Amino acid sequence: MTTSSLVLVLSAFLACAVEAVEALTVVLAVGVTRGFRIALLATATATASLVVLVVALGPALSLVPLGWLRVGVGTLLLVFGVGWLRKAILRASGYKALRDEAALYEKQKRAAQSNGAPAPASTDWYGFALVFKAVFLEGLEVAFIVLTFGTAQGSIRLASLGAALAVSCVAAVGVVLHRPLSRVPENAMKFAVGLMISTFGIFWSAEGAGIAWPGEDLSIFGVLAFLTATSFGLVAILRKTQHRRLPSAGALPGTTS
Amino acid sequence: MHYVKQFLLFWYDFIIGDDWVVAVGVAAALITLSQLVQRQINAWWLMPPAVVTLLALSLWRETRKRQ
Repeated sequence: MTTSSLVLVLSAFLACAVEAVEALTVVLAVGVTRGFRIALLATATATASLVVLVVALGPALSLVPLGWLRVGVGTLLLVFGVGWLRKAILRASGYKALRDEAALYEKQKRAAQSNGAPAPASTDWYGFALVFKAVFLEGLEVAFIVLTFGTAQGSIRLASLGAALAVSCVAAVGVVLHRPLSRVPENAMKFAVGLMISTFGIFWSAEGAGIAWPGEDLSIFGVLAFLTATSFGLVAILRKTQHRRLPSAGALPGTTS
Repeated sequence: MHYVKQFLLFWYDFIIGDDWVVAVGVAAALITLSQLVQRQINAWWLMPPAVVTLLALSLWRETRKRQ
């Protein structure tokens, strides 16, 4: 397996793990309050819809000439990746609250309970919609990354492997623990994914526009190192300004999604 | 019409996200890059600093809003 293949699998794995942790919180909240049958049915339906999307769009994307695809995919990934990175930097510097899966789980549980218990022997459409929406929307970001990375690198199979491994790991831990994964370093993972997506976005969009990178594929590591160093620099600067603004900092604002 | 608007808003939010400046900046940087390429300049050095500048600008806009 080449280094770029490894980076591809790792990026898909991390992105998918982050989204799977977020979806698991909703699945567990609905499962505990409204029953696991409907939560698992909605999860399976949403997952199947996402698989259909990837299978349908994957071959269609491979018909586009590689140069155009790299500009288009690179630009989209770049905008998407900088968005992730921006959010992760704001969280790491204390400008935005870190996600608290335990608090979000309680909030989702209260919301699911407040809608009344489902009638026995009838389909609980409220619970179904809640889980389907969460799994589908979180999964859509992953499908986007799997499709774009997979097509531009010429291996949807490897990108799907990373995604499948992540979902299996998070699901297995969820089944064992039966509670949300509140100890996962989610912001660190989001930071890493933001860096990787932005790096590939820069690499492919510039290559698609016609430039030749010095050292070819190896320059991916140079771009990644540059982005990582400057992002940590930005976190340090923002932490300093946040500290000046809130002398008692360390106290972060409330939970956010 | 309502559903079309919702659909478009969803995709805007999904792709563009919290700050449109990043999307516009990335597009501008790529247009500049392709102009340089057309003049036979291999401007591989353009995109990384351009992206970091956009990221810093976007963070500055966000933190200024919060202050």
